[in-house]
Amino acid sequence: MKKKIIYELKGLYRDDFRVTGYEFGSGEKSVCIVGTMRGNEVQQLYCCSQLVKKFKQLEEEGRIAEGHKILIIPSCNPYSMNIQKRFWPIDNTDINRMFPGYNLGETTQRIADGVFKEIMDYQYGIQFTSFYMPGEFIPHIRMMDWGYSTVENAMKFEMPYVVIRKVRPYDTATLNFNWQVWDTQAFSLYTTKTTTIDPKSAGQSVLCVMKFLSSLGIVKYQSGSRIKQSEVVVDTDMVSVQTAKSGIFESLVKVGEYVEEGTPLANIIHPYEGTIMETLYAPVDGRVFFMHTDPLTYANTAVFKLIANA
Amino acid sequence: MIKTVTSVGLPVDETLTIKKRRIMPKEHKEGMKRISIVTGIHGDELEGQYVCFELARRIEESIEHLKGIVDIYPAMNPLGIDSITRGIPAFDLDLNRLFPGNMEGDMTEFLAAGMVKDVSGSDLVIDIHASNIYLTEIPQIRINELHDEELVPFAKEANVDFVWVHGASTVLESTFAYSLNSTGTPCLVVEMGVGMRITKEYGDQLTDGIMNLMGKLGIWDGETKESRKPIISRNPDDVSYLNASTSGVFVQKVKHWEELKEGDIIGSIVDPLSGKVLDEVKSPVDGILFTIREYPIVDEGSLMGRLLRKEAYKA
Repeated sequence: MKKKIIYELKGLYRDDFRVTGYEFGSGEKSVCIVGTMRGNEVQQLYCCSQLVKKFKQLEEEGRIAEGHKILIIPSCNPYSMNIQKRFWPIDNTDINRMFPGYNLGETTQRIADGVFKEIMDYQYGIQFTSFYMPGEFIPHIRMMDWGYSTVENAMKFEMPYVVIRKVRPYDTATLNFNWQVWDTQAFSLYTTKTTTIDPKSAGQSVLCVMKFLSSLGIVKYQSGSRIKQSEVVVDTDMVSVQTAKSGIFESLVKVGEYVEEGTPLANIIHPYEGTIMETLYAPVDGRVFFMHTDPLTYANTAVFKLIANA
Repeated sequence: MIKTVTSVGLPVDETLTIKKRRIMPKEHKEGMKRISIVTGIHGDELEGQYVCFELARRIEESIEHLKGIVDIYPAMNPLGIDSITRGIPAFDLDLNRLFPGNMEGDMTEFLAAGMVKDVSGSDLVIDIHASNIYLTEIPQIRINELHDEELVPFAKEANVDFVWVHGASTVLESTFAYSLNSTGTPCLVVEMGVGMRITKEYGDQLTDGIMNLMGKLGIWDGETKESRKPIISRNPDDVSYLNASTSGVFVQKVKHWEELKEGDIIGSIVDPLSGKVLDEVKSPVDGILFTIREYPIVDEGSLMGRLLRKEAYKA
């Protein structure tokens, strides 16, 4: 294991800003794994820390195939993590909206550029990332409907779902999109949580990364003989369940649960009087893929996304 | 007449309402032209607040000269304005990256769609921004090169100092102005002053420009002031960027909109702890400073200013 500084900025009153990477193996740049870009992505940090631990063990046991280099960057944004702020401390910009970066540009453009220069040549890129809304997901691989990544390779993670996302204009400045522009097969990996640690889904994500790399012959890892088939879903095919009222959000189901049409999913409760203002029902038979988790919710908010039965 | 543009209930005993004020002549005529003044998409940009107030005041003072419709939208992001937040509080989303919105979408998309629907069809829209809290801007209009032909003739009449026709970018397709311009409603984006403050001088200058545009559109037949002739830049090489070479405290030494020669000192980046000057910031070109850093703390890379090269305005 080789620990190296990927990018550094001098701090005025704070310690210098450092993006630290961990390299395993040697040879061609095979796989790069990137963790947090935002200060609240604690689960993503935890997942990467578990991967660093696992790769250290694999390397010591000689289980990384010859000629393959793996780089793990647990956090691209320790400054924001340490002050519990989602975006960049001074100007509130999002590093994951700055790729491919610009070395003469503003601070987060420079960070994106400094990081991207180190990771752009890898054959495969895996990013642990989060959704803009507070909520829980079924663990899944997300990939864009545009670009270089293939569904066939996404299936090699053997996660329960592969979600294909339609590219929006703002996606063009993300790491995932730009990786693909520079011929890296890029996959975003979503675990259940973001702001709290869920060891179970973190363990699942570590296992899925091992399965992916094992199937590509990059590591030697025995994970059982039966290959799990991921279900491929297009994000626009998911069924959203929206609130009509704002109020206290009381969930009646769990993420991953199978629900039949008509199953009560959640109540929206009057914040002062405790009465139920609205009950949300499952509009289809299907599985709860995403669920809002904040105790309060706004009207017109998609608090559930269901994967309907085919 | 105060109207509701769109609204949504919030969780605890509050309704979020986007409001506008419509000012019309006493006698309503068919086919009257409409100008819409929009501001507050970013909650920390307040320069447009004064313009909305001052414009309404001048119109009312001589209401007999009003021949069309003036819609004033002073607060597209009321929660942001109330909490000194650039984006939409709670969602941490930039409203100006959510357009054209979606009536069937989540709360933020629903609100964005309501705004576009209400403003669409105006003969001209002025979307007033105030840079951000870090930079002061000379009154200027920014135009996507895709809409150069339609918008520059309007921009010339807006009494701003500078018109910046910039390159197209996919990311900017989610802005309010792009949504309107790409669907046939002309929208000028004004940047002036600095976040969290009102610069009355700039507000008066732009209000003169809006009155002038109203005159040209046939919405106002009263007296207007002739617009100053703006510098128009279409060449990306016209603009030179000043980014901090190191983290520190930026101390400005020149004034905004000052002509500089290559090598002139613009300011210093200092370290108050060690007492050292970390860098002297020099002008990289002969030109005029149209953006200057207001917030003194800089990280390496922070934007400290923008210069318009001399060739762009002395040609």
